[in-house]
Amino acid sequence: MSEAKHKNLIVSSAPHVVSPVNTSRIMLDVIIALIPAMIMAVYVFGMRALLLTAVCVAACVFFEYATRKILNRSQTIGDLSAVVTGVILSFNLPATLPLWMAVVGCFVAIVLVKQLFGGLGQNFANPAIAGRIVLFVSFATAMTTWPLPQAQQTADAMTGATPLGLFAKGLEVPSNATMFFGTIGGSMGEVSALALLIGGVYLVIKKVIEPTIPVCFIGTVAVMALLTGNDPIFHVCAGGVMLGAIFMATDYVTSPITTKGKVIFGIGCGLLTMVIRLYASYPEGVSFAILIMNILTPHIDDLTRLQLNGVPKGGDK
Amino acid sequence: MSSVQKHLKGIHVDHCKNTAGMPIVPIPVPEKVYIPMSQHIGAPCQPTVAVGDHVKVGQVIGDNEAPMCAPIHASVSGDVAAIEKRMTAMGRVDTVIVIASDGKQEPAETVVPPVVTNKEEFLKAVRASGMVGLGGAAFPTHIKYNPRNPESVDTLVVNGAECEPYITVDHQTMVESAQEIMDGMKHIMHFLNLKKGIIGIETNKPDAIAKFKELFAGSPELEVNELQQQYPQGAERVLIYESTGKHLIAGKLPADVGVIISNVSTVLKIEQFLKTGMPLISKSLTVDGNVIKDPKNIEVPIGTPISDIVEFCGGYTGEPKKILMGGPMMGKALPNDDAAIIKGNNAILAFDGAFAQINPETACINCGRCVRACPMNLMPTAIHKAYEHKDLEALKKYHATSCMECGCCTYVCPARKQLSFINKLAKTFVMTEGGKK
Repeated sequence: MSEAKHKNLIVSSAPHVVSPVNTSRIMLDVIIALIPAMIMAVYVFGMRALLLTAVCVAACVFFEYATRKILNRSQTIGDLSAVVTGVILSFNLPATLPLWMAVVGCFVAIVLVKQLFGGLGQNFANPAIAGRIVLFVSFATAMTTWPLPQAQQTADAMTGATPLGLFAKGLEVPSNATMFFGTIGGSMGEVSALALLIGGVYLVIKKVIEPTIPVCFIGTVAVMALLTGNDPIFHVCAGGVMLGAIFMATDYVTSPITTKGKVIFGIGCGLLTMVIRLYASYPEGVSFAILIMNILTPHIDDLTRLQLNGVPKGGDK
Repeated sequence: MSSVQKHLKGIHVDHCKNTAGMPIVPIPVPEKVYIPMSQHIGAPCQPTVAVGDHVKVGQVIGDNEAPMCAPIHASVSGDVAAIEKRMTAMGRVDTVIVIASDGKQEPAETVVPPVVTNKEEFLKAVRASGMVGLGGAAFPTHIKYNPRNPESVDTLVVNGAECEPYITVDHQTMVESAQEIMDGMKHIMHFLNLKKGIIGIETNKPDAIAKFKELFAGSPELEVNELQQQYPQGAERVLIYESTGKHLIAGKLPADVGVIISNVSTVLKIEQFLKTGMPLISKSLTVDGNVIKDPKNIEVPIGTPISDIVEFCGGYTGEPKKILMGGPMMGKALPNDDAAIIKGNNAILAFDGAFAQINPETACINCGRCVRACPMNLMPTAIHKAYEHKDLEALKKYHATSCMECGCCTYVCPARKQLSFINKLAKTFVMTEGGKK
């Protein structure tokens, strides 16, 4: 015993096993979940959609790499979060947006919103949402020039209003079946509620997200539509509700941790979305709703702190 | 427990119970045993023998007048070869009595069944047996069995959950010695005046559950609590909740919620002491891990060096890089393989470099997996962030001291943060008021 046969063993604190799920695995699952919507985007808008996504992904990864290099921080592109931001940002853009504008959006998302605040986990708002909003207010015309689905394009009508645009003007909107399937105008990744739902179900099955936020968000939109005498199915399938509720409001970093907090967050997103759609000057309100709730998240987290087991409510000091 | 009651949170870890069903075999008497004087929580023992003395199995070789202490006995017969300072498996330098075995295993004259007719004599016997909590905490049992509030303690909870991966020795003990465990429960309940006895067993041990159900058929005061398969069902606070519905908060003792809780092997060893008078001189444990040639369940004299045990199990099949005393969730990593078995040991696991690899930490993404895993309903990520800022107020607000270090948070963290370890540091930080005390 005095002469140990095996010295210099690795000593670390328990536990000595970890779950196979790590950050890049989670991000990879999100990318997989976005594939059905990508396929629909190409089906509806053609190969330009794929090009736009590719440019956004490349730009986001490049900006992440370059910022961390310049700031002398460890490289994090391997965690795939920049890829996710790139895909989601591109999904929020009209398929025909000039590529350089998309790159500006990627710069805002990755450099200004994500890396300057400390990188993954530190950003106060969802980078893709912030990127989209900056593009929306900077290039208002380009960002609201919606290509029609390829099948509906004619020689003299390449673009048209989105269903929400038609709705805002009181015009006739597409049928609910068309809206659900997604052969409508709009941002390239948001059009197909069906494809986004498939992705959402995948994420829930893989336990990447909990259904709380999407259910509360979409549920609130539907209830608000009913209460105001509108068609709930139209409002749920139109615009960015599905994309926002499933893929952007569920961003871990900028949403609350506890179930109670998630309920508040989801309902808040739904309420704000509908208030903007029905009473404000913009036809669509998903991104502003999520941005506002992102900013409220630290306060929601603080208000919904968990109670320790066995300690009566109000009894903890 | 009632069916409407909620279960506590936890995690699902691969069981890896490779040694399930393997009988507990005694290992040959080692040439030398190395018995540390501090194997329990409390005052260390003082050696009561000198170098050169001849000792017999079961003879007291270390004791201390202090109340918080359990005596230590010779596990082999032979001569005291040395009394020296050595690094022990407890991770500190301690006085160790080295006994060179004569191979005869002669029992000491003092080993006779104790006369026990009342609570006082029972507690004296438990102390004399050198018993400490064998589930791992090594709290002297005679102190635990003598709560300040005996009138309000009415339940004995026996821990047969064995929720740690790899370890199967408690399972095997239950299968092999169910009758004795039941007799032990009855004796403990009789002398401590407890009305109810509950043995908690995870449902991945159906043979043990069936055995106890059959044995308990004529004893309405005894009950089997079938626990869902989830880590950490065997943690004291979790098992008490799952058995009685009562929450044990930090700083309170099980007796404060009317419970005395013991591991199955503690109950068995107490029963064996009452029957034979042979004190706690050996420990059964699981030997496993991906570099152990023949994983086994074994019974070893306390003080046996790990290297002897590994040799008995066929040696290493590859270069060990991590050796654990205990399970992979809460076990201690040892710096080398020359430590010796102590009372609170229930497994020796040896792993290769691939297993031992420590994953680099990445940024917290606020996913909340740790919060959803914590059986205590803590928010490990918030505690981690508060500790990084050395924010004493926030650490108190988030109840950092209520952590039981089960490791669930670290296990699930996708950013590979050492949350459980940070919480351990945070606890000390709070208890010393930020290092000022």
